[in-house]
Amino acid sequence: MTATAPLVTYTLPKRRHPVFAFAVAQPLGAIAFVVIVVMIGAGVFAPQVAPYDPVALDFGAMLAPPSFEHWFGTDAFGRDIFSRVIHGARTALTIGFLSSFVGCTLGAALGVASAYFGGRIDLVTQGFVDVVLSFPLIVLALVVVAMLGKFVVAGVDLNLIVAIAIPILPKVERVIRAAALSVREMPYIDAARAAGYSNMRIIFRHMAPNVAAPYLIMLTAYIAQAILLEASLSFLGLGVTEPTPAWGLMLSGNASDFYREAPWMILFPGLAISFAVFAFNLFGDSLRDWFDPRFKV
Amino acid sequence: MKKLAFIGLAAALALPATVSAQAPKKGGTLVYAISAETPTYDCSATDTYAGLHFLAPFYSTLLKFDLANYPKVMGDLAESWTVSEDKKTYSFKLRRNVTWHDGSPFSSADIKATYDRLRNPPTGVVSTRRATFADIASIDTPDPATVVFKLSAVNPAMLEHFASPWNCVYSAAKLKDDPTFPTKQVMGTGAYKFVEHVKGSHVSGVKNDKYFLPDRPYLDGFKGVFILQPAAMLNALQGGQVMAEFRSVSPAERDRLVQGMGDKLRIEESSWTLNILIAFNTEKKPFDDVRVRRALSLAIDRWGGSVGLSRTSTLRQVGGLIRPGSPIATPEADLVKFPGFGKDIAANRAEARKLLAEAGVPNLKFELVNRTIAQPYTPAGIYVVDQWRQIGVEVQHKQLETSPYLAALNAGNYEVAIDFSNLFMDEPSLALAKYVSFDKAPENRSRAIDRELDSLYEKQNRSTSDAERVGFIRQFEARMLNQAYQVPLLWWHRIVPTNKVVMGWQMSPSHNLGQDLVNVWLNQ
Repeated sequence: MTATAPLVTYTLPKRRHPVFAFAVAQPLGAIAFVVIVVMIGAGVFAPQVAPYDPVALDFGAMLAPPSFEHWFGTDAFGRDIFSRVIHGARTALTIGFLSSFVGCTLGAALGVASAYFGGRIDLVTQGFVDVVLSFPLIVLALVVVAMLGKFVVAGVDLNLIVAIAIPILPKVERVIRAAALSVREMPYIDAARAAGYSNMRIIFRHMAPNVAAPYLIMLTAYIAQAILLEASLSFLGLGVTEPTPAWGLMLSGNASDFYREAPWMILFPGLAISFAVFAFNLFGDSLRDWFDPRFKV
Repeated sequence: MKKLAFIGLAAALALPATVSAQAPKKGGTLVYAISAETPTYDCSATDTYAGLHFLAPFYSTLLKFDLANYPKVMGDLAESWTVSEDKKTYSFKLRRNVTWHDGSPFSSADIKATYDRLRNPPTGVVSTRRATFADIASIDTPDPATVVFKLSAVNPAMLEHFASPWNCVYSAAKLKDDPTFPTKQVMGTGAYKFVEHVKGSHVSGVKNDKYFLPDRPYLDGFKGVFILQPAAMLNALQGGQVMAEFRSVSPAERDRLVQGMGDKLRIEESSWTLNILIAFNTEKKPFDDVRVRRALSLAIDRWGGSVGLSRTSTLRQVGGLIRPGSPIATPEADLVKFPGFGKDIAANRAEARKLLAEAGVPNLKFELVNRTIAQPYTPAGIYVVDQWRQIGVEVQHKQLETSPYLAALNAGNYEVAIDFSNLFMDEPSLALAKYVSFDKAPENRSRAIDRELDSLYEKQNRSTSDAERVGFIRQFEARMLNQAYQVPLLWWHRIVPTNKVVMGWQMSPSHNLGQDLVNVWLNQ
């Protein structure tokens, strides 16, 4: 007679869809994500969503208060503010995403390279980063935009993107370098070196993927910063030019003359900036919490 | 030739005069805002109001405009003058009690040195009024109190040119030592002596006790504060930090000031010798084609824009090349016959589309260069972009700071530009000078060469009959607006806010005039 071991069956826990799991674990982040999706949708489908042409003047409807005809009212040229806010999302997101992408990507590349090579290269890089970090974000962007002027391609001012990306670059570089320093000490990096892989291959194939999480978090968070910076520069007359609909620009110009009798001229673009920045910051924070195992304990 | 003595009489009568029955009080310091900082100390080298609002109190001119009777002229350094029968000799008797701020005596040699420098600037000196005084053949100084100008040809506007506020008179001795001294020092015979210029902050002057007019100036001194942001200027005026802004504010800014300051504020308004022009660079295709230029002018609803823009900007009146409202301005009945000035905008735009199609550019795209100055450049840019979109033209609006903007215009780096005509009088010789061929007038932003325009300009300039002259002016305007090298958008409207303590300052249709502050006093 042989003894039979009792059959033990293990049921693997049912895996939730990652989006659903994120929504359950980070409800505020999920709400922020919805706001971002709505903004992206509004930006992409702006011509279909907006009830009026955002740059069409209508002197017969100047400074009209919010109504069924003009949900957010009109500005001093009779332009529909709701339509301009919708189209403004396109400007904000285009410049916000591109600036953040350029700044974060270059910052990450520099950070990984600096950590990998170490020594004199690291010293020089960190010295440069220290210098750039000593300037406040807005001051540095102002200097760059004043020096470069405008270079518009397909309706997007590339120099404005560079001006916003440059202050982002050193902040990302510093964070990515810190993450890459620990990756550099991993045995698989030593193994890659021993196998004779080139520096470029080690950096981009083995180190960069391991700092993707902080990169993605910062990419998201800095979109908010870039949107705010774009709005600030446009408000100061150094960003987007009239009659392009842009949230920061909508707060300047005639808005400062008429905000008392037509407060809707500043209320709605101001709210749009606030919601966008809040949503991206919240989503970035939630993403960080979601990726960081220490927050899952 | 009979002088066009009627010019501006109606406008002058319409001006609200800041004349007080009260006896002027002495003392006090006038503090006023200047919305831009002067690019130079040399009056000869600039034509921006920023220069005059800074420099005029320190200098005198040979003649000046009598603002109470604008556009009549009156003596400043000149006590009296005569013009010969053939209108080619101008003799001035000068004041004898004038001294420079350094104490040295003034004489006719100073006038000669100043005008020689203006008409024939030595190397290193910039004179933007060289062409204006090209008709001067010689300047004689028979005695220290007499100066005689002899012209090579009759110039009906010469007396007004002698009254130009830009012709600051400089010391002959100083110019002999260094012809560029006006760019480095501020030293005149004006009512105020220069104290200091703190860049980015202010300019200040103190009363000239040896000023040639008895009991003038009334003020102990003045301070011009550079306030570039309109909102900051309004706050400063409301808060009492400044007492006036002598250029202009917008209608919305005026309303805010009236609401905030109540009866402490005085508002004076006038039509303005300034217009916004749209310049088509004829050196760039397709703007060398008159059909394209005319189509773009036709697409603009000036009459509708006048109604809408006048509520939010300093733009107001529809006009041709001469200030609307001035006696020689083209009457509305004639004006509406020019392309872009007719009132049937639907018909105008249909014709504009047809012209663009004929020119082979039905889907025209171009860049419009403009200034970053809010009033009225930004509203003007927004408006014309909207108007051109309505005939299917796509425009990229590019706004530049003043320096790169002027650099782009001077170098011809633009396709279409928002430009301006900044005058200090309605005299046609001055008003039309901007539109003659580019090789004669570098300020012609269309860069066009049109000998027919040159010929008409010359004919009106030499005409000895008022009626004949007006005829040439009309022909010039018709040629210009039909060719549409540069087309006026709208003329500006001047709104000057002053605190009611400021007395004796005289409103005029030009922000370049009346800034010597000789008669200004404070009622406090």
